[in-house]
Amino acid sequence: MWAAIAGLIAWSWRGTRFDLVGLLSADGAGQMLAYVRKLFPPDLSADFLGKVVYWSLETFAISLMGTLFSVAIALLPVFPASRTLAVSGLLFERDESGRPLRALRIGCFLGARAALNLLRTVPHIVWALLFVFAVGLGPFPGVLALGLHTGGVLGKLFAEVVEDIETQPLEALQATGASRLQIFVYGILPRVAPQLLAYSLYRWEVNIREAVILGYVGAGGLGQQIQIAISLFLEQKLLTLILAIYLMVTLVDYLSACLRRRLL
Amino acid sequence: MDHPPSRAAFLHCDRTRALFPTLLALCCLAVFAGSWHLAQIQPGLLLQADSRQNMARFIAGMFPPDLSRDFLRLLVGPLVETIQISVMGTVLAIAVGLPLGLVGTASLTLTGILNEFELAGAPARRLARALPYACARGLLSVFRCVPEFVWAFMFVRAVGLGPLPGVLAIGVSYGGMLGKVYSEILENQGMRGCEALQATGATRWKVLWYGLVPQALPQLVSYTLYRWECAVRASAILGFVGAGGLGQQIELSMRMFNFHEVVTLVLLLFLLVAAVDFLSGKVRKGIV
Repeated sequence: MWAAIAGLIAWSWRGTRFDLVGLLSADGAGQMLAYVRKLFPPDLSADFLGKVVYWSLETFAISLMGTLFSVAIALLPVFPASRTLAVSGLLFERDESGRPLRALRIGCFLGARAALNLLRTVPHIVWALLFVFAVGLGPFPGVLALGLHTGGVLGKLFAEVVEDIETQPLEALQATGASRLQIFVYGILPRVAPQLLAYSLYRWEVNIREAVILGYVGAGGLGQQIQIAISLFLEQKLLTLILAIYLMVTLVDYLSACLRRRLL
Repeated sequence: MDHPPSRAAFLHCDRTRALFPTLLALCCLAVFAGSWHLAQIQPGLLLQADSRQNMARFIAGMFPPDLSRDFLRLLVGPLVETIQISVMGTVLAIAVGLPLGLVGTASLTLTGILNEFELAGAPARRLARALPYACARGLLSVFRCVPEFVWAFMFVRAVGLGPLPGVLAIGVSYGGMLGKVYSEILENQGMRGCEALQATGATRWKVLWYGLVPQALPQLVSYTLYRWECAVRASAILGFVGAGGLGQQIELSMRMFNFHEVVTLVLLLFLLVAAVDFLSGKVRKGIV
């Protein structure tokens, strides 16, 4: 096993032409230092800072709306996508519904899972390109792309959380004659809500970073400006933008940690 | 003499307490409305005729996926490169994250049982320890909070096109994440065993090696493998800015509006990620 890992690393080392000596030599390091030197001093003129604040808010808005959208998408199929609710398990022990109904339920389950897989598999940047193509440049396609991709990720996590809870209390509810919807609202939701919330907040932290990436394909915010700054060799503006990203990411991490501590 | 609090005071207290959630809800609503506005959300736009047409064109163009032999052969190189970038990037990330993470582990360098005696009443020594600690933490946070995409962009400018900027970008940004998580894992270990080791006169390295690492190894390895899985996905995307791998091909196909090629690429990416998940699961079971 260790030999295999070492082999994998050696193969990758050669393949990527990773040259530690060259990188740390006077030449390589000098090249990087020269670039770093160009970044300073950051452009802190009031005019530019005002714009940076606006772009930062835009990125924040994209990440927030994208995450909310993704939570909505993930919650929709949580019912059919959870095996314990839709197909098998304690709730179905005395299941007397006929074959066609059962087949329909299994079909819904597989369909929901497949849809979530599809959403998750397509990288958000490809989604973003699709929506830029459809609705034009701007933050809106970014929100849609984040929402769909993250929706797939969260949907799978949500379904797993629901599958993981004990089914005995649910059976007790079922025994009192509760319908499946009532079981969901009174038996499942109260117990999984904190975990779903924690996952959503965690994905928000991821999404603020992704929102920056999406800017590259024209989905607005700081990312787009970074692309412009790099393409036009505006290094000092670039440093300001990077500082803004750093602040935004730290802020969202902090906010999400706070919310998690308060709400859970 | 104690007076029981008046009824009015009770009511007042209740009222302020009831006010807080209302305020919070209002704040949330304002943030939501502001974000809605800033993100220029217009659901109607999706239903307009020409955007529907565009999407239909996009989706129609995706089928059938391009599975011709020439195209597939073209993809072997980028696919291999993507794997190599992810592996090398993760190795570099460990090289960056491990030392910084160790210095940034408070229970090892600054607080807690191991350091109580050494640092009590020695402010100069405490400062000498606190400074590297703060620097390591700060550095990790900068590495981590700038997305790998931006790092890749800058490295492409600094060292040129090719797989190398991809490796460096993943190394730096994932190094920041690994370092932070390593130090968190180490800080959450029980320190009693380490104290016993220290009492026998073990140096800090020995305490780390014989006391902490054996306890924490499964978690450390498991998280590193998880990051490798993420790195595969990331290295496929980094190609967009010219850092090699599949992303470069995705971008090319996108720009040429060859959506049937994009479908093939996404399928390939899916298979790759699934394979890596499987492999890392095996390694995890083998080591942990």
